[in-house]
Amino acid sequence: MNEYNFAYLDEQTKRMIRRAILKGLAIPGYQVPFASREMPMPYGWGTGGVQVSAATLTPKDTLKVIDQGADDTTNAISIRKFFQKTANVEVTEVTKDATVIQTRHRIPETDLSDEQILVYQVPIPEPLRFLEPSEPETRKMHALEEYGLMHVKLYEDISKHGAIATSYAYPVKVEGRYVMDPSPIPKFDNPKMEMSAIQLFGAGREQRIYALPPYTKVVSLDFEDYPFEASKAEHSCELCGSHDSYLDEVIVDDTGGRIFVCSDTDYCSSQQQIIKEAV
Amino acid sequence: MYVAVKGGEKAIDNAHAWLSEERRGDLAIEELSSDQIKEQLSLAVNRVMAEGSLYDPDLAALAIKQSRGDLIEAIFLLRAYRTTLPRFGCSNAVDTDRMTCIRRISATFKDAPGGQVLGPTFDYTHRLLDFKLAADGEITDVPMATEPLSSEIPHITSFLNTEGLIQQEPNTQSEPQDLTREPLELPASRALRLQSLTRGDEGFILGMAYSTQRGYARNHAFVGELRIGKVSVELDIPELGFSIDIGEIEVTECETVNQFAGSKTEPPQFTRGYGLVFGQSERKSIAMALVDRALRWRELGEDNLGAPAQDEEFVLYHSDNIQATGFLEHIKLPHYVDFQSELELIRKLRREAEGFTQSKEAAE
Repeated sequence: MNEYNFAYLDEQTKRMIRRAILKGLAIPGYQVPFASREMPMPYGWGTGGVQVSAATLTPKDTLKVIDQGADDTTNAISIRKFFQKTANVEVTEVTKDATVIQTRHRIPETDLSDEQILVYQVPIPEPLRFLEPSEPETRKMHALEEYGLMHVKLYEDISKHGAIATSYAYPVKVEGRYVMDPSPIPKFDNPKMEMSAIQLFGAGREQRIYALPPYTKVVSLDFEDYPFEASKAEHSCELCGSHDSYLDEVIVDDTGGRIFVCSDTDYCSSQQQIIKEAV
Repeated sequence: MYVAVKGGEKAIDNAHAWLSEERRGDLAIEELSSDQIKEQLSLAVNRVMAEGSLYDPDLAALAIKQSRGDLIEAIFLLRAYRTTLPRFGCSNAVDTDRMTCIRRISATFKDAPGGQVLGPTFDYTHRLLDFKLAADGEITDVPMATEPLSSEIPHITSFLNTEGLIQQEPNTQSEPQDLTREPLELPASRALRLQSLTRGDEGFILGMAYSTQRGYARNHAFVGELRIGKVSVELDIPELGFSIDIGEIEVTECETVNQFAGSKTEPPQFTRGYGLVFGQSERKSIAMALVDRALRWRELGEDNLGAPAQDEEFVLYHSDNIQATGFLEHIKLPHYVDFQSELELIRKLRREAEGFTQSKEAAE
């Protein structure tokens, strides 16, 4: 089998996925069940994102794939190669040049425009899952807008630890209606979700798609006296000196030495370029 | 000084090259052919076809070769290939009464029309390593039966049916949903549950079935009948107005007869569990029948004992080994962004906790 349909999936399947995407955009934050297909990469490795990207891509698109903010992480490379092979689309590492960006665990530092689509890979789409394991139950809770359990959890965090003990996949409320899982992005990225680009979320194994249309109101859950805080390491990037990008901690020796560098590799190299040009 | 790690692309290519070298093993040893796998490791081929939901012994054998004998990996290869195939339609229900049996046993009757036929079974072999097999695989002469088995062997449960002692199954003519084409929504129909069980991981289904035997929703099953053989697959062709035979598949079918003292809604009678699996997959089909029976508590008006095997959501959501292995193994992928945010959080919480202890000590 050497000939694939454009972007691997057959047209009927892509149509089914596009319908789910449109439904998701019409009801922001609502999890739309879809008949997820078995992809040639494992479940849990971005099959939801890959299916959404496959249904979204056109031959004229330019694709960027990041994992942990970086273009050169192994799984990002693997997914990018997959679309180069099956869709023959242009690929880029430059955030602003991409029309479709598939991401795992990060939102790029560079602001996205209304001509871009950000596709998230989602492991567990249900924000209430770890409070209530049953799917029929959580669907009911969403239908009835019954989010008391989530607030109790956040409250218990504060009473136990003095702070909300969630640092990534921090739950948000969409347009005052659905509580949504933003995928495991650090909570630092949460405020960026109110953006100009379309955001699509694909969970392959769990067979769910959800979406945020541009400029949708996305509020991180909190309390008046314990307001949400988008935190990051209190350092600046060792390579580009940026103070306001999300940082990875890198251990550099075996005596506890460590440095902090941008997790967004494209942002970091563009900042380094700016510094170089200024000198 | 830290240098951003580039070259992941090259690393991946090299890893794949190494993998194929490992797959081939020592070049001094003759290469294994797909045909050898198909013929001589046929039970592995059967398992890969069953859990891969694709009846194709050649492709399953290739998948086993490619996956270096990792059967879940082979199942995955077959599933990923299956996705790319169009769905032509829905066949008629296979008629297992007309199965060309190579094995057919019943644990509930000493003898019955059609007879007990052991067939090629491990059952009464002594599990002693056959060192002679290491040297040569020559087989002794296998005697032929003097007459062929009857082409129509009635099901054991049909004998219980005539007395009205076993629960009648409703005959739904409607086309069942396709688990691979529609998202699973709960509660699932029995047809959907059976689809899920037949492609579920053999080890998982076995464990679930075993748990019912040990008392977690015990339903005391007898193997009413187990049969293995070939059945023909027929498809209705609307343009022709009749059905045509499109091929033959080997399947294992198990019907269990389960004790049932009656419930609020049902009289005392025997009930059934059902297992049907591609190929010769005896263990899987018996296990499937036990789990099927345990999942039927609601329709039979039994109590939910809170046992795992009764919990449809638990069983159906966790039986698929391709979903399970993917999600399990994805924790190998980099998680340093989430881990970093956890690091920050735990440092913050510790600072606050220490600050709290210090201020408490100062107050004291």
